[in-house]
Amino acid sequence: MLRYTRKTLVREIIVIAIALAMLIPFYFLIVMAFKPDSEVITTSPYAPAQAATAGAFAEAWGAEGNKSLAMGMLNSIIITGGSVVMLVAIGSITAYSISRMPGRPGRLLRILVLIAMILPFQLGMVPVYVAMRNLHLLGTYPGMIILYTGLFMPLAVFLYSGFAESIPRDYEEAANIDGASKFQSFVRVVFPLLGPATGTVAIMCGLIIWNDFFSPLIFLSGSNIPTLPVVVYSTVGELASRWNVIFAAVIISMIPILVYYLVAQKKFIQGFSGGLKS
Amino acid sequence: MSESPTMATIPGAAHEAGTDQGTTPVRPGRARRPRPIRYASWWWTLPAVLIIVTMHYVSVGVGGFFSFTNYKGFGSFKLVGLDNFVKVFTDPVARGAVGNTLLLALGFVVLVNLFGFGFALALNRQLKSRHFLRGLLFMPVVLSPLAVSFVWKFIFQYDGPLNGFLSALGLGDLQKAWLGDPATAIWTILLVLVWQHIGITMVIYLAGLANVPQELEEAASMDGAPLLKRFQHVVLPLMRGAVVIATTLSLIRGLSVFDQVLALTAGGPFNATETLATQVWRQTFVNSNFGYGSAIALVLTIVIAVLALAQMGLMRSREDHGK
Repeated sequence: MLRYTRKTLVREIIVIAIALAMLIPFYFLIVMAFKPDSEVITTSPYAPAQAATAGAFAEAWGAEGNKSLAMGMLNSIIITGGSVVMLVAIGSITAYSISRMPGRPGRLLRILVLIAMILPFQLGMVPVYVAMRNLHLLGTYPGMIILYTGLFMPLAVFLYSGFAESIPRDYEEAANIDGASKFQSFVRVVFPLLGPATGTVAIMCGLIIWNDFFSPLIFLSGSNIPTLPVVVYSTVGELASRWNVIFAAVIISMIPILVYYLVAQKKFIQGFSGGLKS
Repeated sequence: MSESPTMATIPGAAHEAGTDQGTTPVRPGRARRPRPIRYASWWWTLPAVLIIVTMHYVSVGVGGFFSFTNYKGFGSFKLVGLDNFVKVFTDPVARGAVGNTLLLALGFVVLVNLFGFGFALALNRQLKSRHFLRGLLFMPVVLSPLAVSFVWKFIFQYDGPLNGFLSALGLGDLQKAWLGDPATAIWTILLVLVWQHIGITMVIYLAGLANVPQELEEAASMDGAPLLKRFQHVVLPLMRGAVVIATTLSLIRGLSVFDQVLALTAGGPFNATETLATQVWRQTFVNSNFGYGSAIALVLTIVIAVLALAQMGLMRSREDHGK
């Protein structure tokens, strides 16, 4: 009954057609980005460029100041990278400690993490903004990294928790007998065993932080370290309807994450479904 | 509460929890109370606890306090009682934002789960191109919501591809400025929102479907159970966990929509597409009304908490019913 029949083939063709239809926006994105200024308004958006040019890309990439895509990328890499390192370091040791904590304190901490994960951030953001302003952390790398570390710590601890609880205590006991201290046995034995969870945390939190627009719009507005989404936002704001340059900027901004996705596609999908399972 | 719905319902997790219980006594023996924790130190949790308590609990508390003040972001402020909340429910823009948020969230939950589940079923087994198509459909998920919204903004332009398509079909009468018309602008946001999140919903449902043994389905189909019955009685009961996760996540996502609005319409035309999240941003950080902005944020928080809990409760009770 579940064999590949002619009906299955028909179904396959239909599904492929629907999937391709869903990806049409990317067709316009690419076609428009290669058009010269003269063709943007005058030619149909469906028609490929008659005199294809990379001029729009050169213009988008050459933008300076707060519209520099290269600078946005660098800022995004520093902020995302720093935050993920902190989330992995603190999240793993916290989830591990909670998983080994008996009785009521452990239960309380789990609830503390779970509620924090569900509480929306919009309300807390206003006081955090005021606090950061008073501490002169607005518009700085450390400020953004602290913000994201705090924001996604509940998620990181949650993602690590399921995994940490499933690690049998035998490994730590063996390390203990071999004379390892508690901290050594965490760093050398437990942390490597948490590898898959580290992957999930890095991919999930890293992706959310990389693409986040809400927080940098608020915490980095007017600063000289805008992240990629903020750069794209201000670029588009100034270009009005020069869609070729806008789309060139959009494509450039997508390249790092797309390359990463194409290289590690399985990890992404597993990361998301795996994270949801544990 | 200590046991999340995720853990309770997805068999993979249940398995892990099972092995865990095998190695530790569920109730650490009261009799051997003084036994020290040998594996980790309690104070290792302090940095995380500190940052979580500050940024998620204290800040929400202070934000709640702000919402009863006329704080402008600088200088002194005084308590104004419920004034801010009265304004939220009398100001047409804020009321519109409440309505838009609920509309977007509801539409998003229904549509993204229908399409996500549909694609998951279609791409679960059999199809030869399933791995390739899964990868393709998941791609929009990894892209910046802001960036993809700009692509859609182009599609909805008056001289853009959508109107071009309509006139090619001879439906030129239907052409309009989709983003400039208050009646259609909100639906374009919903469409972009759903479009970008079908992939992630599909992946959640695929993870759920992986728990449905093929033999079970085959057995049911050999017993002559029609497709719909097979789905209802064999597949669906095993998918409850995935349904809870996917609907809860999409509900929270839908209620806090921001990027798409700012990219597509910036809240316009005539505030027709303002949502609670865009209003929080605009009132607090553009208009410098920290008190009023906090009040809107508090309303959003309550809406999210009530709806998410209600929905989880609903799913749970239905689950118990099924057993």
